Amino acid sequence: MQRSFADRFYSGVVGTITGFGMLLLLAPTLVVLVISFTGGITLKFPPPSWSLRWYVELVQSQEIIAPALTSLKIAAAATILSAVLGGAAALGLARSKLRIARTLDALFMSPMVLPAMAFGLSLLLVFNLLGIRLSAATLVLGHTIICVPFVIRMVGASVQQLNPVLITCSLSLGASRWYTFRRITLPLIRRGIVASCFVAFLTSFDNVPVSLFLADARTEVLPIKLWAILEGSLDVRVAAVSGVIVLVTLAGLVCAEIFGGVSRQIGSR
Amino acid sequence: MPPASTSASRQLLPVIPLAALFFAAFVLPLAALVAISLFRTPQFAELSLVQYLRFFADPFSVKVLTDTLWLGAEVALATLILAYPLALVYVASGAFMRTSITFLIMLPLLTSTVVRTFAWIVILGRDGIVNSAMLSLGLWQAPARLLYTWEGMVLALTQIQLPLMALPVINSVLRLDGNLMRAAEGLGASRTRIFFTVILPLTLPGAIAGWLLVFAAAATAFITQTLVGGGRIILMPSYIYQQAVGVQDWPFSAALSLIFTLAVTGIVFAIGALSRRYVRGVDAA
Repeated sequence: MQRSFADRFYSGVVGTITGFGMLLLLAPTLVVLVISFTGGITLKFPPPSWSLRWYVELVQSQEIIAPALTSLKIAAAATILSAVLGGAAALGLARSKLRIARTLDALFMSPMVLPAMAFGLSLLLVFNLLGIRLSAATLVLGHTIICVPFVIRMVGASVQQLNPVLITCSLSLGASRWYTFRRITLPLIRRGIVASCFVAFLTSFDNVPVSLFLADARTEVLPIKLWAILEGSLDVRVAAVSGVIVLVTLAGLVCAEIFGGVSRQIGSR
Repeated sequence: MPPASTSASRQLLPVIPLAALFFAAFVLPLAALVAISLFRTPQFAELSLVQYLRFFADPFSVKVLTDTLWLGAEVALATLILAYPLALVYVASGAFMRTSITFLIMLPLLTSTVVRTFAWIVILGRDGIVNSAMLSLGLWQAPARLLYTWEGMVLALTQIQLPLMALPVINSVLRLDGNLMRAAEGLGASRTRIFFTVILPLTLPGAIAGWLLVFAAAATAFITQTLVGGGRIILMPSYIYQQAVGVQDWPFSAALSLIFTLAVTGIVFAIGALSRRYVRGVDAA
């Protein structure tokens, strides 16, 4: 059948916007990688010459390395805390039909809906009222709350898919609850746990609204440090940090994809 | 207590630690935020609604709020326009193209916000890509100011938030029954007409879900707003930060963050409820 002019026009518009959309999605990441290898001292694009000088400068910049290490430690602690507490809660909530279970589920999901800045400010105010000094511990506490919704959703989804008959079988064959949990439940919800840990880690590592209020001079975290640098000057070292973050995230995504099928988990969220 | 309900509540035992944590570090602080916003001075003397009156009596403060909500709405609309063609191409193409589109959508979703924002500083800057391309093509005589403008901020946020829109829209279009489109085509409808009378109405729930996600995310995007928008564009997140950390006026900053929270979540819940009530279509995942 001969396609009409209108149909060809429609396909043209759809194709053009899609091309633009795909370019828009890809370009910024490529731009960051390219500019990080500039030999110049500004963010001039295309770079006037190529070099690794900014990566060398980065390695020597203690004022960026230290916040990066702090961020990694905070993210690791928040991931473990939210995975253990959130995972336990998700197991308890998933098959409960009590009304309080639905209420608690809504409570645990609410950090996702609430603008995180309001939560960050409220924590700062409470610590101030109670005379608690800001520290790495208070920061981990705030990040844990922000990470919990991802664990509740992803682990919860895995538990829903778990056939309860398997648990009943194991228990009736004489296995203890702990043995059943270790050998039956845990392996079957492993994908949900790995995926939620991956997302929780990235969420904490990238968090700004909570860290903005809770990070003080002694617990400086990477995103806040980079923000402060960029507000003052357009420092090319940030390009090198960004290059490292992009490559490490890609490597992490490949690992998490192999062990947890992360893209499916996030895509179906 | 009958045994059935005992075992039902025993199932909830592993929930207790997280519930305790949420009470201490989430419910309590938010209650304190509300309480603090009700004081007249930063020294917590005298209860009153003066902080809220101060906000709504001040045209500057109200404009900051409306600008912020408008930014969210604009960015959400821009991502919607980009997301539909992406979804249509995704559905119509084979495995390789589908994987590529998924990868492109996941890429910004997983890259740090500061990194994505930094990329836009490089693209829009004085010596950035847009300016050097336009100058070398001879289209512009002098570099244009793109960074620290409203339009630049909308463009950057559109790219940064596009994944939040693309995922629900693609999911909705995927769930459409292909027979509907074939029926419309067989009856002689043009492709444009099929899109506007079949595809768009049926996938509206997914589009609204994505619109709300992007709206809330763009309105609260502190990093991108301050770095690409610059110091001259004041929006609610930087206003709250400035009042809390700069001026240390805690009652007012508490009131600001509550007004902002209620405005954003109020719009999200209202539109969500309206669409569940009046819009029929395939469910958005």
